[in-house]
This record gives sequence, structure tokens and C-alpha cells, in this order.
Amino acid sequence: MITAFESLPTTIAHLRTIATPVVDHRIMPFGIPALDDRLASRGLRAGALHEVAAQSCSMVDDAAATLFLAGIAAREAAHAGGPVLWVSCRNDLYAPGLEQAGLSSADLIHAQPRDDAALLAVVEDAVRDGTPSAVIAEVSRMSMVATRRLQLVAADADIPVLILRRRRNRDQDPLAEPSAAWTRWRIASASSERLGVAGVGRSRWQVEVARQRGGEAFSMILEGCDETGCLAVPAALGHRAAETAGPARYAAA
Amino acid sequence: MPIRQDVEGEIAALPAHAKPPMRELGRRSEAANHPFHGFAQADSHDRVAATVAAFHRAPLALVGKVGRREEVVAACDGAAALGITIGMAATHARALVSDLDIRPSEMEADAAMLDQLALRAVRRWSPIAAATPPDGLWLDLTGCAHLHGGEERFCRRLRAFCQRAGFTARVAVADTPGAAHAIARFGPADIAIVPTGRTVDALSGLPVAALRLAGTALVAARKFGFERVADLLPVARGPLARRLGLAAITRLDQALGAVAEPITPRTDEVMPVVERRLLEPIVTADAIAQVMEDLLGDMAELLRAKGLGVRSLRLGGLRVDGTEQVVAVGTSRPTREVSHLLRLMKLRIELIDPGLGLEQFYLAAPHTEPLDAVDLGAVLAGEVLVRDPARLVDVVAGRIGADAVFRIAPVESHVPERAVMRADPVVAPAGWPKWRRPTRLLARPEPLWGVIALMPDQPPRRFEWRGRPHKVVAGDGPERIHGEWWRRDAEVWAVRDYYRVEDETGGRYWVFRRGDGFVEDTGDLSWWMHGVFA
Repeated sequence: MITAFESLPTTIAHLRTIATPVVDHRIMPFGIPALDDRLASRGLRAGALHEVAAQSCSMVDDAAATLFLAGIAAREAAHAGGPVLWVSCRNDLYAPGLEQAGLSSADLIHAQPRDDAALLAVVEDAVRDGTPSAVIAEVSRMSMVATRRLQLVAADADIPVLILRRRRNRDQDPLAEPSAAWTRWRIASASSERLGVAGVGRSRWQVEVARQRGGEAFSMILEGCDETGCLAVPAALGHRAAETAGPARYAAA
Repeated sequence: MPIRQDVEGEIAALPAHAKPPMRELGRRSEAANHPFHGFAQADSHDRVAATVAAFHRAPLALVGKVGRREEVVAACDGAAALGITIGMAATHARALVSDLDIRPSEMEADAAMLDQLALRAVRRWSPIAAATPPDGLWLDLTGCAHLHGGEERFCRRLRAFCQRAGFTARVAVADTPGAAHAIARFGPADIAIVPTGRTVDALSGLPVAALRLAGTALVAARKFGFERVADLLPVARGPLARRLGLAAITRLDQALGAVAEPITPRTDEVMPVVERRLLEPIVTADAIAQVMEDLLGDMAELLRAKGLGVRSLRLGGLRVDGTEQVVAVGTSRPTREVSHLLRLMKLRIELIDPGLGLEQFYLAAPHTEPLDAVDLGAVLAGEVLVRDPARLVDVVAGRIGADAVFRIAPVESHVPERAVMRADPVVAPAGWPKWRRPTRLLARPEPLWGVIALMPDQPPRRFEWRGRPHKVVAGDGPERIHGEWWRRDAEVWAVRDYYRVEDETGGRYWVFRRGDGFVEDTGDLSWWMHGVFA
């Protein structure tokens, strides 16, 4: 009996190793322990499909989601040393703004297909080619089959495919549709830290993981991309001293 | 009274030294045309117009560097009539004619144009044709004059072609290239055809310079009194060689045909084509892909031997019903990599309609460029994957068209919407200055309503955009951007003051005000939304 009790933990550990698939995926960590620890694979899996949508239909949240993806791609481009392909049917990105999130124009190739069908074909071709370090696509309509297809292709080529889901109309939630994406994110812009002087502080985003494989959904507030595409945890949330330095209404919050 | 033709015939029959000088021929009275007779012709109006136009056009001269001084190297007829000669100092020409249109001569461009003409000659007129810099072409008409309707007809057609193309041309046909070269440049007529065996007669009257002699030989010839080619002919070769140099003798012999002077023809690169004939017609995509791979393998071998890479490929398939199916792909850089080209080709398979079957394929490379061995530094260092943006561009362009793939390159302008432009996707562009710029820019700025802001340099406290009010809690600015007065008159005084503002819900916007708030000309103080920050 005693021996059986002693062997029990090892058996459970053994069973757990059998039950969980061998994880040898390449990981793109955010470099923020608070975020990486809550993701199942301690970072974004590189060879996978990740979907990001804006929290609301406002242009502000859309810009936050755009720059969130740009930051991920910028860090991956700096790491892998290949160009990033940005596929979008519309053309309102402002390249100097992207460059300030670390995704310089020398690392970025744009493609502007006519419709979503051509867009998905371009993404698949590009990933199969293996040249880009990351592919970002702005899609409004994407079937479950298409997402699964892209997920398989991405896993094959070990290239991150980052999808920005656009809203087709005001009330439709793009993440309500089923998808084979590895992680699904919702991004909204949040109020930045009030500075002691007049001016706008570093941007903050409400980052919500709506779904991830092998992990829980969660939500947190992060500071936006710096010049290398890295996010950060707001200092004021952890330090009471910083809070009291700000205006009274933020100290109370 | 003897008839004039007879007398002329008798004089012409005399040997050259026995011909009577001009004054011994005596005076002649010939009926001169009335000076204004013959002007009233149908095309006289055009001719007058052309003359007037030529008169009003400024005379043109090309100036180039000869040795250490700037000289006139070419002059138009109008300039020549005003006394501009070739070899004159550029400053002298400027002083002579005040409104002379002087342009730099581009020798390389001239040579390239002449080379293009030679290529055309090889393709259209004669398989052996070469450019004789700086201004001539040699065509070997042996065996191909009859294809153009005889020598004379060919000369006329050639001259008409040159006229249409905007060149002034003189054509000479002779037994030797040297003689043709001389007669075309120094002969009396624009079109001269020297009958076989009459080369010596045709050359005798020409100046010694017609023989392509070097400068020192020309000076020597003038010193020794050799004016015409005829003067050289009776002189013994030994003394002549000592006076003018051996090269001059060679030139003379080349012109007379005693020394062979082969023409090195301009080679016309043949388009690489490979072909496969099938035992049985095929219809399936897999079979077509297999044929593509085989053809690309053949093509790669062919190109490797020539040191070329393809920029475009054309695949043609002959159907059993006799029609042809053609698809084409292009690449952004020269390449002969089979796997890459095959991937591009496979995108086109769906465009091929096999019908009842395709039984023969050919693959042609209409556009090739030199491609030497490329270095494999990254591969030898252990990296498996070579990330070449050109490959990615080809793949994407093959799917959606070359216009839909681009990079964004900077333009030197502070006006935000002008600071970016689409550029070639293969060339990596430079960056922008580190001013804060939004993530997405509105294509056209949108007006803001109900703006409350302190003048002249405070960000707005509230504004309404797209029907919704925004209360601003923080703002940066202004960043003042002046209009570009060199583009439009309306921008001479225009000013935009840009502010980066954040509203109470955390939206960060880029708004601007027209005008600086002091001077009315700078703008009407209206507020506009131009972009959003993340």
C-alpha cells in the first residue's frame, strides 16, 4: 500500500507527460513574464495562426490591434531576418507610424489583392514559399476551413500567420465565428498614464486573450509598442508610489 | 557647230592629264531658269512652312570634350549656315551666335543608338552588319540585295527608312567596305552605287582623308602634297610607306581590295527555346506540371551554359485541334532556379485549357539578363533557408499581378500624405524622421465640429468627429507643417498645426488646425482629423 502511495505522484507525472503532446514548437515570447506566464506555451507559437480583432468598431481600437500585430511581426522580423508580408485589400496604413513600432519599411512588403479569396491565396502562397518571417493579413470574411488550412500551412513552414479580423458590420463580433486559430485576441486602446506635464503618455492597450489552446482566457492592460515592437507592463499598476504621484482620481482607482 | 553632248563625250574620253582646264573649254551660254520659276508648286506651302519653322528654331550644336577643350562636335544645317563649324571652340560658337542651342553630346547614347540600328540591320536587311563608330553602318549585301529588289532599290528604301526615323543618311555600295566607307562620306551623291571593278575610278577623286587615315598620316600627306587618293596611286609603295606609315598603305589597300577586311557582324542573341513533344496528348494538371518541370530543367541547362537568367518565361502548348495555349510568368530578378520557376508556372496551370489534349510544349525566354554564379555565404555558414525578398515578390505577383505588390518608400516632404509613395518591392527603402506619426492615416482629412481650443497654440479641449463628441484629457503639440510653396500657389502661406490628443476613453487622435492663429493668410482656423494613433 505504502509503495503504491509513493509511486502515485510519479505515475501522475508520467501520465501527464503521456497525455500532453510533445511541445517542441518554436515560441515567440513577448518578453513580459506577466503575459508569457499566462499563455499556455509561454509565448506565441511561431508556426501557427493567430487572430486579432479590435474590441469595438472604432478606428482607435482598430489602430491598436494593427500596431499590436506590427509589434509581433517586427520582433519576429528582427529575430528571423526576413521580410514581413502585409496583405490587405485596403491601403490606409501609414508607414512612418509602423516604423515607430519597429516594423521599418525595409522589412515590409505590401500586397493588395482585390478580394478576400485572393487574399487568402496570397497568404498561403507566401507561407509555402517560406521567405517571409511573418505574414499579416487583414480579413473580414474567413471560413473555418480557410483558418484550418492556414493553420496547417503555418505549422508546416514554421512561420507565424497573423490575421487581423475586420468587422463586416457594426454589431458583428469577428471572433464569434469558429476558427482553428491557435490564439484569438481582442485589443482595445486604453487611457494612457497621465503625465505630470501636459502631454500624452505611452499608449496603453486592453489586451484580451479570448481563446487559446491549452489555456484560459484572460485580460490585462499593457503599454503599447516601443521602437523595437516590445510591449511593457504599466509601471503604475504595480507601484503605489507612482499612483499617488498622478492625479487624485487615478490614485483612487 | 558641234553638239554639246559630243564635245563633252570627247573631253570625257581623254585621259585625266590631257583634259583641258575649265577656262579652255570656253564660255558657254546656257539657259538659266527663271529665279522664281518652279516655286509655284503644290507642296510649296509646306516647303515654305518648313523653311520658316527651321528659321525660327534656334540653331543647334552639340558640344563635347576633345582633348582638353570644349569643342563643337556636331552642328545642324541652320548652325552651319551661321558659320558654326565642327571643331570650333564652344566659347567661340557662343560668341558668334547668341541664341545658339548648345547641348552636351552624349557619345554613349549615340553608340547605343548605332548599335540598335546595327541590330535592326542584322534582323531586317543583311545577316552580316556592323556598326562603324562614330556614325556609320556596314552591311554586307552579298547575296541579299535581290531580296530587297536590287541594290539601287535597296539604297532608296534604306534612305527612306532613315528619313522616317529622323536621320540624314548617305548610302554607298562598293566592292570593298573601305571604298563604301569613303564614298558614303566623301562621295558626291547621297546614293552612290559603284559598279563592280570601278572602285579605283570612284576613289580617285576623293580626298586622302576618305581613307580613314590617322591624324599624323593626314598631316604628312598634306606636307608631301597628296591631296586626292589619285595622287597616292602612282607613287611607289616603299617611299609612300616611309612617308605616311604602313597603316596608311593598309588602309589604301583595304579600300582598293588588295587586303581583305572582313566585317565582324553584330550578333543577334537568339531567344532560348526548349521544346518537348509528347507521345500522347495530355490533359491533367499533374501531367502538365511534369512537362513544365522537364522543360524548366532543359531551360536551366541552356541558360547555365550561356550565363543567363530569365526575367520572363512563355510556355506554349499545342493542342490536338491545332490551336495554341500560351501562359507567361515574370520574375523580378534574373533567375534560373527550377523549383522557384516551377512554383510560378504552376499558378498558371489553371489558365491552360487542354481541350482534347496537348501534344507539344515549348518554353521560351523572351527576356533574359546576365546571371553569374551567386555567392552562397549564408548557406555555407549553415543556414538552410535563404530569404530572398525577390522570390516572395514573384510568388505574390504571380497570383495578384505585379502592380499589387509594393513597398512604401519615403518622399522628402513634411506634408504627411506626401511623405509616402509606392515603390519597387525588391529595393529596400530608407526610413522617415522620428516624428510621432499615426498608425492609420485618413485618405482625406475629415472636418471636426464644435471644437473648443485656446488660441493660438493649445490642443482642443473637445471636438465632435463623425457625429460623436470627444472630451480631450491630454494633448501634445503643436507640430507646425508649412505648405510647399513650390508646388501650388495656394500653399504659399498655408500652415497646419498638428496636435496629438487623447480623449477620455483612451482614443489617441492626430488632429490639425489650418492656420497659425495670427496671420489670416495661413488658414481659416478650421479643425481636421487626419489619423489615429494606436
